[in-house]
Formats: sequence, C-alpha cells, structure tokens
Amino acid sequence: MSPEDTLRFGYRSLTGYPTRTLLMLLAMSIGVTAVVLLTSLGEGARQYVLNQFSALGSNMVIVLPGRSETTGAAPPMVGATARDLTLEDALALYRSSAVRHVAPLIVGTANVSYAGLSREVMILGSTAEMQAVRELEMAQGRFLPPGEAERASNVVVLGAKVKREIFGNATALGEWVRIEDRRYRVIGVLSDKGQSLGAEISDTVFIPVASAQQLFNTEGLFRILVQARARESIPRAVEAAREIIRERHDGKDDITVITQDAVLETFDRILTALTLAVAGIAAISLGVAGVLIMNVMLVAVSQRTTEIGLLKAVGASGAQIMRLFLTEAAMLSLLGAALGIVLAYVGIWILGQMFPAFPLSPPNWALGAAVGISLVTGLLFGVMPARRAARLDPVQALSRR
Amino acid sequence: MIRLTGINRIFEVGDEKVHALNDVDLDVGAGEYLSIMGPSGSGKSTLLNLLGLLDRPTSGTYYLDDVDASSLSEDERATLRRDKIGFVFQFFHLIPRLTAFENVELPLTLAGVEPAERRPKVEAALESLGLMPRAAHRPEQLSGGQRQRVAIARATIMDPPVLLADEPTGNLDSASGSEVIDILEELNHRGITLLVVTHDEALGKRAKRRIHMVDGAIVEDVQQTPS
Ligand SMILES: Nc1ncnc2c1ncn2[C@@H]1O[C@H](COP(=O)(O)OP(=O)(O)OP(=O)(O)O)[C@@H](O)[C@H]1O
Ligand SMILES: [Mg+2]
Repeated sequence: MSPEDTLRFGYRSLTGYPTRTLLMLLAMSIGVTAVVLLTSLGEGARQYVLNQFSALGSNMVIVLPGRSETTGAAPPMVGATARDLTLEDALALYRSSAVRHVAPLIVGTANVSYAGLSREVMILGSTAEMQAVRELEMAQGRFLPPGEAERASNVVVLGAKVKREIFGNATALGEWVRIEDRRYRVIGVLSDKGQSLGAEISDTVFIPVASAQQLFNTEGLFRILVQARARESIPRAVEAAREIIRERHDGKDDITVITQDAVLETFDRILTALTLAVAGIAAISLGVAGVLIMNVMLVAVSQRTTEIGLLKAVGASGAQIMRLFLTEAAMLSLLGAALGIVLAYVGIWILGQMFPAFPLSPPNWALGAAVGISLVTGLLFGVMPARRAARLDPVQALSRR
Repeated sequence: MIRLTGINRIFEVGDEKVHALNDVDLDVGAGEYLSIMGPSGSGKSTLLNLLGLLDRPTSGTYYLDDVDASSLSEDERATLRRDKIGFVFQFFHLIPRLTAFENVELPLTLAGVEPAERRPKVEAALESLGLMPRAAHRPEQLSGGQRQRVAIARATIMDPPVLLADEPTGNLDSASGSEVIDILEELNHRGITLLVVTHDEALGKRAKRRIHMVDGAIVEDVQQTPS
C-alpha cells in the first residue's frame, strides 16, 4: 500500500468519525497550546529583563570601591577597609583606549525645596558623560554641562517625577531650587520615556559631582560607570580599570568591577531555567492528551473490529493494519499540534493587545518540541491499540455483525 | 486447486473441546461449483475460513494451488489470501464510511496498485454488476442486494481463482438472493472455483457438486449431472 493511499485511508477514517476526531484534536491542541504559550511567557519575561538591562546603557562596566568575591558565599567585609574611589581615579580611566566615557557617581539623599514645597529626594552627583552612558533623554533644557569635573557649579537637572511633584505644570527651567542650604538653578528636566528601571531615575535629581562632594562632604565615589568603546572591548576595559586603579592605590586590588554581561547572564540563566520548568509542566498536559488518544484509539479498534477483520480477509497483513492505525494516530497528533500552535498564536496576539510592552513570541525550540512531543506521544500511545488491531483474529472479528 | 487431507479443527472453550472439523478430506478442482449444506454448528463456516486462510487447522494439511498453506507465515498467508481468495459474507462487511467505489477499490489499494490502474478496473467491475450509478454511494444508501453486489465486486477485483461465499443470500429477500446467485454462477461459468455455504435447499441444489456436513464431518458428497 503506497504512502499516499495510507494517508488517504487515515484521512477517511478521521473524517468518518468526526466527534472522536475533534475530541482528540482538542486534547492534543490544548496540550500544545499550553506548551507554546507558557514558554512564550517565560521567554517574554527573559526578553523583558534583558531589554531593561540593556536600556541601562550599553557596553557598561561598573567600578565599585571595595573588593568583593562575586563567587564567595561570605559577604564582602573587606569593602569597609578599602580606599575610596576618587574623582581623580575616575578620570584616570580615560587613559585606556578601550574606554569611551567615564561617569563618576555619588549618591545621597537630601531635601529639595521650592516655594515652600519640600521633598526628600535621591541626589545623584555626576558629570555630563552620565547622559551618554545611561542614554538619558531630556524633556527640557540640557543635562549637566560638560567641562571640568572638579568645578562645583550650582546647577541641577530634575527627574521627571521630581519636576512634576515640585513644579506641577509650571515652568521649572531657570528657577532656583534649594537643596539643603544651597541654591541650584534648574537647567534641564529628564524625559520620562526611554528609561530603564525608569521609576528610579525619574525620582532623582542630578547635580555636578563636585557639588555633590561638597553637599555630602565626601571625597569617595559611590561608583564609576564606564562605557566601553564596543562590546568586544569590554574585557579590555575591565582589565584596564583594574590595572589603573591598582597602580593608583599603591598596588592594592581594592575595587570590584562588574560588567553588565555578568549580571545579564545570571538573569538569563535563571529565566531560561524557569521557562524550561514551565514548559515541562505544560508537557504533562501533552502526556494527558496522549493517554486520551490511546483510550480513544482503543475504542476505535473495538468499534472497527469487523473493518479490521475485513481488511485481513481481503489480504491486509498485520503490519499493514498496524501501519494504518499508527498513521491515523500520527495524523491526529500532527493536526492537533498544528491547531495548538494556531491557538497559541491567537493567545499570544490577545496577550500582546493587553500587555503591549511585554515581548511575547514563542521560541523556535518550543514550537519544534511541541510538535515533536505530540507526535511521539501520539505514536507511543497509538502503538498499543494498533498492535491490538494487528493481532485481531479475523474469524472472530467477522463473526459479529 | 484445493486439497484438504485429515483436517481437524478443535476449539478450546475453557476446559471443553469443540471438535468443529473432524478428519475432513476434500479435493476441489479448478472451476468447480460446490454447495456446502448442513445443520447449524456443523462446521461449514469453520471449513470456509480454513479454505480462505483466515484460520489454521489444528492438524492436517491444506494445499492451495500446490502450495502447502500450513507451512506459510502470517504475512505469506495474507499475500496468498489477497491474490487467490475472494470472500463474500452474509453480512456484506462493507466499510460504512467508504463509497461503493472505494470499497471495491480496497483490495487493489492494499496490494499497492497504482491509482491510474485501479480506476478502470473498479469501474469495469461496477459496470458489469450494474452498480455504476451507485459508485459514489455509501453502503447505508444501498439496498441489501446492491450491497452484496458491491461485496462481490470487491471479492473478485483481484481476479482470484477461488471465491468463497458464506450464506451470501442469508440476509436477502428471495428475488435479490437469486440475483446474487446468478452473478456468482456467471463468475463460475467464466472459470472461477466457487464454494457456497447455504441453508437454502433450492439454492444448494443449483450447484453441480453438493456437500453435506454433520458434526464437523462430510457425510455426503454428490456430483450432480444437470437435469
Ligand atoms: N471461535 C470459536 N470458539 C469456540 N467454538 C467455536 C468457534 N467458532 C466456531 N465454534 C464452534 O464450532 C462449531 C462449528 O461452527 P461453525 O460456525 O463452523 O458452524 P456453521 O456450520 O457455520 O453454523 P451456522 O450454520 O450456524 O453458521 C460450532 O459448534 C461452534 O460453536
Ligand atoms: Mg456459519
């Protein structure tokens, strides 16, 4: 019997018993939908986190004071005794050709007040380079002025939320706000959009790093953000940062260098594992579909006993009958998988309409795996009924009406 | 054509043994026309199933066309059945979801004959039995006589040398029953070896050779000269 004829025969028996066929397709497609949809969600979460991180600024290397073992279990106690990172340390990093921008950062909280309104706000002291490093967008005015980092000018750039809360809809540009006991002129307002982990930034204000040193009365930097020239130069930038600082700190290795890649990789690993776990759970529903297929195929075999007997009487061998029933099971599985994938895409489309910011698309491996698993379950659970059919005694089968 | 020697078929039901065929010897030449009669339970169907290679004897030898059927594997028996034997049943056993055309086509399909070759054969078979207008009908849309004619077309589509019919008129009224017997006899005229099991005395008498069975044994085997 030719493959086309085998397929046609299978097709005719699937359409010959529409209820049974539809039920099995439903079971199979629900399983496949679950696998594809859940892996899409997992993969979407992974993409989302990755996007958020890369929006932090690209090719970023972060230099922290104090040495910490990134792999050790004990908390980094040495940090306390380490030497401060100074503004000079930060500027020295420009010596490496792998470094494009260096943005020193001091963080503290202080009272920001204007016209009797006062708020406790996070103050970020930095330089003009911060804009490039963190890819900050301006809503109005400009960012911190470029030039000598050591100059403590009294200017401030407001985060979007801070501006809203202090000025409302009124113009902020050119106004003077008070931070603790000093007055700063507003030269810019950050935009709300295009920001990563954005809430945090919009709730802060930027002042020149030297002004922040005075304000918080400290020489030491909270950290140094370094932007490497390209992705490939990140390792060189890391190495250079270590060497330059070691040289300046009397040969002591007292800093920690974090690359965005390392953080990303960790998240990537966690979320990939999560996706796999969720896919595994969904695969169980495919197993359930397999059991259902077996059950229905067994019923089909007993319903079609006389047909099987007849096939034998007109010369079908056991192997041929087995092939016919397995083909039927495989067709059901594949059709079910196809239907399931369509359903999954409909589900993804609906979710996409509801949560436009969340990237949702099934990973290719999930599509392949869903089809593969459904085919394997279909065939696996189809074997037993098919063998039963192949072994049927034709005399007995035909003696019934 | 057919040579049975010392055939026994014993069914075991629980502890009991049912001797369905008891030391049966039978020789049938090519082109013969036999009727097999006898009371219910006398072993007629069992004999036919053995001849049709659907069943194996408990003991004894069966030569079909000089091939020792008892020495063959299941697959070889299936092939032999496909090429040498046509079956007609009391309950027609047409596949309900397939059309008359597809039912007749089935043995050719199973044998792997090309679709282009199948079509003219099936059409010729349906045509000769006056079924062409019903080709696209499913069995439930056909009368009993038409169903049995479709079954006969299916049984003969592979041009088997032997046609076995187990009470082919058992489910038909006398008019369509004799119509079916006419068709079978016409096939016999054209050379097919025909064995018909029947309860109908009148139909049985139409055969040139009549076999009577009782309790699994052949008690009478008469050659009739047409009167
Ligand atoms: N599968 C089986 N298992 C046990 N006993 C069986 C089986 N098939 C047939 N028999 C027994 O073998 C004997 C012969 O049965 P068979 O069907 O050949 O009779 P028959 O002559 O065709 O009868 P009928 O005219 O009623 O069709 C009967 O006693 C029957 O009960
Ligand atoms: Mg019988």
